[in-house]
Amino acid sequence: MFKRKSLSLPYILFILCGTVIPLLAILYYAMVDKSGHFTLANLAAIGDPLHLKPLLFSLLLAFICTAICLLLAFPLGLMLRRSGAGKKGFVIFLLILPMWMNFLLRTIAWKILLQKTGVINAILNAVGLKSLEIINTPYAVVLGMVYDFLPFMILPIYNVMIKIDNSLVEAAYDLGASPFRVMKDVLLPLSMPGIISGVTMTFVPSMTSFAISEILGGGNISLIGNIIEGEFLRGGSRNVGSGISMVMMVFILISMALLNKVDKNGEGAVV
Amino acid sequence: MGNILELVNISKSFDGELILDELNLDVKENTFMTLLGPSGCGKTTTLRIIGGFTTPDEGRVLFEGRDITNLPPNKRQLNTVFQKYALFPHMSVGENIAYGLKISGKSKTYIDDKIKYALKLVNMDGYANRDVSQLSGGQQQRIAIARAIVNEPKVLLLDEPLGALDLKLRQDMQYELIRLKNELGITFIYVTHDQEEALTMSDTVVVMNQGYIQQMGTPESIYNEPENAFVATFIGDSNILSGLMLQDKLVRICGVNFICVDTGFGVNKPVDVVIRPEDVILDEPGMGQLDGVVTHLIFKGVHYEMEVMAGDFEWLVQSTEMHAVGEAVSLRVVPDNIQIMNKPESEDEEAVVIDV
Amino acid sequence: MKKFGKYLYIGLIFFFLYLPILTLIVMSFNDNERTSGVWYGFTLKWFGEIFQSQDVMEALINTLVIAVASAAIATLVGVVACVGIMAYTRRQRTLILQLTNIPLLNAEIVTAISLMLTFGMFGISLGMGTILFSHICFCLPYVILNVLPKLRQAGSSTYEAARDLGAGPVKAFFSVVLPDIMPGVATGFLMSFTMSVDDFVITHFTRGAGINTLSTLIYSQQKRGIRANMCALSTVIFLVVLIVLLVRFFLTGRTTADKTVKGGT
Repeated sequence: MFKRKSLSLPYILFILCGTVIPLLAILYYAMVDKSGHFTLANLAAIGDPLHLKPLLFSLLLAFICTAICLLLAFPLGLMLRRSGAGKKGFVIFLLILPMWMNFLLRTIAWKILLQKTGVINAILNAVGLKSLEIINTPYAVVLGMVYDFLPFMILPIYNVMIKIDNSLVEAAYDLGASPFRVMKDVLLPLSMPGIISGVTMTFVPSMTSFAISEILGGGNISLIGNIIEGEFLRGGSRNVGSGISMVMMVFILISMALLNKVDKNGEGAVV
Repeated sequence: MGNILELVNISKSFDGELILDELNLDVKENTFMTLLGPSGCGKTTTLRIIGGFTTPDEGRVLFEGRDITNLPPNKRQLNTVFQKYALFPHMSVGENIAYGLKISGKSKTYIDDKIKYALKLVNMDGYANRDVSQLSGGQQQRIAIARAIVNEPKVLLLDEPLGALDLKLRQDMQYELIRLKNELGITFIYVTHDQEEALTMSDTVVVMNQGYIQQMGTPESIYNEPENAFVATFIGDSNILSGLMLQDKLVRICGVNFICVDTGFGVNKPVDVVIRPEDVILDEPGMGQLDGVVTHLIFKGVHYEMEVMAGDFEWLVQSTEMHAVGEAVSLRVVPDNIQIMNKPESEDEEAVVIDV
Repeated sequence: MKKFGKYLYIGLIFFFLYLPILTLIVMSFNDNERTSGVWYGFTLKWFGEIFQSQDVMEALINTLVIAVASAAIATLVGVVACVGIMAYTRRQRTLILQLTNIPLLNAEIVTAISLMLTFGMFGISLGMGTILFSHICFCLPYVILNVLPKLRQAGSSTYEAARDLGAGPVKAFFSVVLPDIMPGVATGFLMSFTMSVDDFVITHFTRGAGINTLSTLIYSQQKRGIRANMCALSTVIFLVVLIVLLVRFFLTGRTTADKTVKGGT
């Protein structure tokens, strides 16, 4: 007899060939050398300063980018929340719309804007201010990352905040809380699920990005993504690339685990 | 007893729609006052203005004689029990109750004692460490009340707090609330659309409709002496008939003269007459004041409900005695049970009946 | 005053988000072969040149073909899979949903190299086929996550009612269940399409030499400056989407596919 469950078979095939086997493939390549013999050298390659420094630098930039996004998005969420649920559709529309312009182009636009002779500097000079010379520096890379990933921080936070029952806020006021305490005791803890997913959706891509650093770093800034891309596409070793990727994933997992721990502690430390 | 709270000429509109129109209301100390009315009558807006969540367009709110119109809710000595409880989902029961006390900087021992006391008061001993989400609706309601009263407010505002509970639980909670009110000795202002709830619990009932106070008084006076057709239909079932006041204590309804007790309406003046269905007595044909025929019959448990066609009017009658459909009967009403009301003078006062 | 500060803040954030888009639109009218920060005068000629540039047209066609094909296949496979998943035991369902989540949570570059390694391992040469397969793989989760909740919401009662009234299982599915879950199917398709058009990383690693999508073509131009006709094309795409969304928004009060999940790198 025909089984309804078997309808999922094509999908399972896709999961196997497109997710499970590829992940095992990375694991395999990371553990063997060119001739197929077992080795730990690929994983150990991360100890090479040429790899280690970009990894740590990526972590740093991703952390800074995530922190800035959070600091920008949380107050925005608070403000948009109060402007009423009726405008929800329009706010989301405004946040999603920029994504219909290719993100590489939008990043390149920053390169145009930030150039020594670019628009921003022209305006700064016109009002008598000094030029902003951040293009091809880590500052420009962070700016690009914040720009690209800010919507992914705003959307989940906003989505969670708009759902917080306003009577909870009123109840806190009713019990004597000041606006700051309402924010700290009620809105912040109840926004935590949104903040967590926002942080995840910002941290992982900024940690592993290579295009932004390539475009706005002018080739001077090497992040872990650039190293991996080089190993795979610019005549490096796939085995070393796989090994570094494995280590990078471990770092991401550790960061996420830490984040979850902070979340749990945060939930307890409400009052 | 003085007024603890006074609303003076309060007006409020939302999106151009007038919700409250120059409302005046005095609340006496240590009373259980209920704002009763259909949805959209302005009762919740009134409560929110008292609580400080809504600012009136015009008018003042006085608390113990002091103007608090522009005081934010966190600075008011009032506490609210919200319609859907509004318990903080990320805090335990104890933390919820403690919240207001922590804000006002009370000591840990004081807070712990208060939590215990409050939980005992609402019959929830030993629930302090429970998760809010584990509680049933009725239990959440009790915690919401406990959270409000530990702050020792002088006035407790309750916004349809029993609306989400089932009938049995609601009746139990009504007794609980009366008991709490008596033990705490503070003023309760209670909002509901349920007339039975209002009559059961209140010292004073304020019937509202379309932003106006229709009538204010004890539950007995509201029920027995409704001042207009709206109050009469909103509070319980009633027969509202057009009548002619022939002279003091004599009214003509359906072509028959009835003796009543009301005076001062003048001579030959058109009036509305309210007769409660349980006050209509059915008799053998010819024995009463007005003959008719039973047209509908429903068994309601405590009584039978019948409709009787008599004098061109469909009378609603409640009686413990059954009369079958088609049976000829006669109606009788004792003078005390005939309530005379002025006819509405303007459109605004026209009786609006909204099913709730 | 407080209100002013609030609107200023909201305004600045949105200005920040839209500034580059404005820049690109302006650049597409700039009379200079490659984009730069300098204004050389107004021209419309780049809009005409969109269709004359062979590599831009090829990239555009590749992008659209891949997006339509991968979204369509992912939707088909995904919807059928969801019907099957509904019959799973709780345990099986949890497992398959966890596997579904991997591509969403994983770093894109890792997904990309893992696919690239797999193609290499099996001796599959990189080309349109590998891009298509990879796109289907990362689109599938969006379909599953949009359709499965709708299917669950719909429940089995309408399906059973249709069967009770004499419809066969296939007929019952198409006449009763599918219309019910259509919003989820449409959202899944649109998200897949968008993700595919927007993708750079996965395509970058799984494409063969000589095959470009718009993203990879832009990336290859970025060092020397983007050609103005590329800006013009993006402006056209952006304005078309803007108009479609605005019309839709004011007709129905909602935006299309809530593209909320994951960004490109």
